[in-house]
Amino acid sequence: MSEILSSLTEKFPDSITNTKVQRKTRIWVTVKIDVLIDVCEYLKNKQDFNHLSSVVGVDYKDRFEVVYHLWSYSKKRQLSLKVPLEKENPKVKTVTKIWRSANWHERETAELFGITFEEHPYPKHLLLADDFEGYPLRKDFKLVEKPWFDKNDASEKQKTD
Amino acid sequence: MMPLRKFEYEEIGEGRLVINLGPQHPSTHGVLRLIAELDGERVKKVLPIIGYLHRGFEKIAENRNYPMIVPLTDRLDYLSAMSNNMVYCQAIEELMNIKISERTEYIRVIVLELQRIASHLASVGFFGNDVGVTFTAMMYTFRERELIINLFETLSGARLTYNYIRIGGLREDLPKGFENNVLQSIDIIEKKVDEYEEFFSENEIFRRRTQGIGVLKLKDAINLGATGPVLRGSGLKSDVRVTDPYTIYDRFDWDIITEKKGDCFARYNIWINEIRQSISIVRQALNGLPKGEINVKIPRVIKPEPGEVYSKIESPRGELAMNVISDGTPKPYRLKIRSPAFCNLSLLPTISEEGLIADLIATLGSIDPVFGEVDR
Amino acid sequence: MGAITFIKSNKLQSIVDKNPIVRFARSKSPWMFSFGLACCAIEMITAGTSRFDAMERFGMLARASPRQSDVMIVAGWVTSKMAPRVKRLYNQMPEPKYVIAMGECSICGGPWFDSYHVVDGVDKVIPVDVYIPGCPPRPEALLDGIIKLRKMIRNGETNYDKKMRGELNE
Repeated sequence: MSEILSSLTEKFPDSITNTKVQRKTRIWVTVKIDVLIDVCEYLKNKQDFNHLSSVVGVDYKDRFEVVYHLWSYSKKRQLSLKVPLEKENPKVKTVTKIWRSANWHERETAELFGITFEEHPYPKHLLLADDFEGYPLRKDFKLVEKPWFDKNDASEKQKTD
Repeated sequence: MMPLRKFEYEEIGEGRLVINLGPQHPSTHGVLRLIAELDGERVKKVLPIIGYLHRGFEKIAENRNYPMIVPLTDRLDYLSAMSNNMVYCQAIEELMNIKISERTEYIRVIVLELQRIASHLASVGFFGNDVGVTFTAMMYTFRERELIINLFETLSGARLTYNYIRIGGLREDLPKGFENNVLQSIDIIEKKVDEYEEFFSENEIFRRRTQGIGVLKLKDAINLGATGPVLRGSGLKSDVRVTDPYTIYDRFDWDIITEKKGDCFARYNIWINEIRQSISIVRQALNGLPKGEINVKIPRVIKPEPGEVYSKIESPRGELAMNVISDGTPKPYRLKIRSPAFCNLSLLPTISEEGLIADLIATLGSIDPVFGEVDR
Repeated sequence: MGAITFIKSNKLQSIVDKNPIVRFARSKSPWMFSFGLACCAIEMITAGTSRFDAMERFGMLARASPRQSDVMIVAGWVTSKMAPRVKRLYNQMPEPKYVIAMGECSICGGPWFDSYHVVDGVDKVIPVDVYIPGCPPRPEALLDGIIKLRKMIRNGETNYDKKMRGELNE
């Protein structure tokens, strides 16, 4: 477990900012955005993390974050890479050339959060309607409960019954 | 009127035809739109368009308390509702460090494996629809599925959306005579599965429609993120119950079913054989069922400490996972669902190239997407 | 000239509609256009399989095309991406046509009432005759809804009859 962490910190000394080990098979690592592609290629080719489970976008108060959950079939452990992005114009390079399964995951994160994945092969809307406006999963997009009956009607009916 | 996407106008070659298998179609398993570019009857390119059932589950979940989300997760993959309940409750129990009792663990395993049998029976029935056995396969397999649905109705009161596995335990204990009913039902199902295998696998037309169709190589499967029967059908022996064990699956003795060829016939074989393995697990679990309480004491308002967790289970369709981030309030901060059908569906364009259009429908049936889960 | 104006008017159609034999015949074999979207579709399919057998016995044959069917059963939630297609399919059905809304999601939006992408209630898009509550409704409940629809057709109380009499306020 710790040998993966130590080899990562050896290779990329300044860019690993935060690590955590949960249970025995889960590692969480925070990485700076400029070495993301190199770290991903190192993890896939040298450490055999060949399965990209999912790409998750999170909206915090001061930053956005994209989390890549990786799984290795041979070593049977999981590594989650967290990449913090800026709040104003969040951009990150796509990892579609490394793991082809990132294609649809990144399309979904892009349309729901407004994060731009550069050099993505087909950046169109996946789940939302083509003319949908706004980014639903951001924290400033509020869900509105549509009124399904007029509250005054019910109270008047109760008075007459 | 929605215009066709851009690739058709740019790259249509000579003599090619672009057709639209629209959102409402009798042979897609729900609402899926496929735009196919054909050369005669060969499929050159396929573009799947999804999202007709998107309801913003992850945003709705940020507006509800933790226990209120349990009945909503039933409606994600509606053919295997117990699995969705299980992955969510497992995630919350890990976040809050709740230790559940032994009897609950055994009952959860029994219920999950029975749900796997029911879901695979439905998959075989719907696959038969796509291949040409219209409605006959469904009539047979749904009759056995009704036995399992009857059992679940005595447990929870509902036929499709059970809401049985809760945070910290279960809804209520097993009723009287449940164990005997289960043993009788699975004896019947075991005999009938042999009959169905003979009915399908010895049929010349079924073999010619499924063998060699929709071949998926192992390298493509791993790179494209396939899991579940799709991945095991291409040769990799990997199952979340063994590689990343959860609850008490390591106490039982069973095999992981793999096939080498990667075509539709291999995936159908995996469904049939996994039903047999699940029957064996249910028998072993019923043998060792301990007595005791099923619910543990948990706080009245569920407020986990700030942190995050990624919990995985093996649902009948593949690796189902949930990423829950909490910030100390009674509502989750972010809930992300990794659904297996979403990732399996993204490899449809790769494996249906250079096949006939009827094979496209057969391949879609063998991947078996459920659109409540794909679109969330 | 007179013959052409007579045929163009609705008089012949309303005479045919009020005839009790025609109403009896229409109620005995309504062909279904199954618009199964989500979980309620599974219960609709189960209602046609071997345990309940509630469809073909009551004359409800499942047709794949809207142009050959009388009743449209909307089972599941309708999103704003799918709503124009629902309207288009409804327009493709020939008159007389009836609609059954099955399940909570197509009546009022169901558990997704505050979602950004779900239309709350299919009756905001097309007019509905019979509402079947439940989440999902049992196949016996669906059968009860079908029998009520047949009674409504025989008595002339559906939305189609109201439109022909001019009582439907659009």
